[in-house]
Amino acid sequence: MSAILTTETKKVLTSPLINDNPITLQVLGICSALAVTSQMSTSLIMAVALTSVTACSSAAISAIRNHIPGSIRIIVQMTIIASLVIVVDQILKAFAYDVSKQLSVFVGLIITNCIVMGRAEAYAMKNPPLESFFDGIGNGLGYSLILIIVAFFRELLGSGKLLGIEILKLTKDGGWYDPNGLMLLPPSAFFIIGLIIWAIRQYKPAQSEKPDFAILSIAHGEGGHH
Amino acid sequence: MEAYISLFIKAVFIENLALSFFLGMCTFIAVSKKVSTAIGLGTAVMIVQTITVPANNFVYHSLLKEDALSWLGITGVDLSFLALLSCIGMIAALVQILEMILDKFFPALYHALGIFLPLITVNCAILAGSLFMIERDYNFGESVTYGIGSGFGWALAITVMAGTREKLKYSDIPKGLQGLGITFITAGLMSLGFMAFSGIQL
Repeated sequence: MSAILTTETKKVLTSPLINDNPITLQVLGICSALAVTSQMSTSLIMAVALTSVTACSSAAISAIRNHIPGSIRIIVQMTIIASLVIVVDQILKAFAYDVSKQLSVFVGLIITNCIVMGRAEAYAMKNPPLESFFDGIGNGLGYSLILIIVAFFRELLGSGKLLGIEILKLTKDGGWYDPNGLMLLPPSAFFIIGLIIWAIRQYKPAQSEKPDFAILSIAHGEGGHH
Repeated sequence: MEAYISLFIKAVFIENLALSFFLGMCTFIAVSKKVSTAIGLGTAVMIVQTITVPANNFVYHSLLKEDALSWLGITGVDLSFLALLSCIGMIAALVQILEMILDKFFPALYHALGIFLPLITVNCAILAGSLFMIERDYNFGESVTYGIGSGFGWALAITVMAGTREKLKYSDIPKGLQGLGITFITAGLMSLGFMAFSGIQL
């Protein structure tokens, strides 16, 4: 294992988790991150599906990167990604039909998930297959991390369960927890991701984007400009 | 006719692609800093959506669906697993053709929309429109209505978002929350507003 996991590989594998997270820093692939997170089980499946597609597509694109003409590279990448997504979609339909019904169009939408395209374009076109494969896994894991955090809060607070197992006993079953229905609705996903981004940026201020504008502090200034 | 109107209203408000299905979020967040650019992108999405959803509907129903090839005398063939590939290929091709047509015949519009058109191929709202059309088994007329409605709903959402963000410039936001963080919270509040439509039965 140690021969494969060089420092470079370790770096591409771990840096997307917090330092260079595809969702909170690069703002990629948010669509599905928000939509499938009302339950842990769907988010886990989605995370596995996206990670494997990203890793395989990066490896495949990287393997033929020297043969793809620049002008049609987007179409080539799209075709490879779409074929892999079809495979994942068929596997899900065969072995986890209920989950694939719940995920509905979002498995198909992995094709247009910017993380997959983004990694193909930014990393796989310039690096050898093995590194690209690990880069795909790393970014997939970064995505999965956020997905699982969001789903954890939404399912726990929204229905008192985790992975379908009851954790907080609901009032309607004679327990004490009154479920927060908002957590199961779309807006809560926006709020939770917003708060996660806030937490990460508070902890690592270097990730904040440069402000386009700043509030003038009148207390210190002379206020003579108006 | 009434059915089409209620489908349109449903696609614009109740099932708004951006705010209740989170589709096209990457561009929704990235290109909503100014109202004028947001309107440009919104219009482009609306035009592309209006063309691609019916086109994909036609291809799906005449080539891919189970027994769809019976007009060729081939029966018992189900190619619907190819729908993903054909949808994205169709979208990429149509966007390319649209770009050329606009460049040739409507140069003013081309310069206004030009930079946004290539972005649209990878906008998940467009692909999702076609996939929802397949999943819900719309017929051709319904797919035209759904295409227009969902595109309009997305355009509406991004324009409102851009307007809100322009006003947000003047507010004093905690340091870590500035930029991306507050944008998400704003989108959440807007989505909360759109939830008000969700009880409506049409």
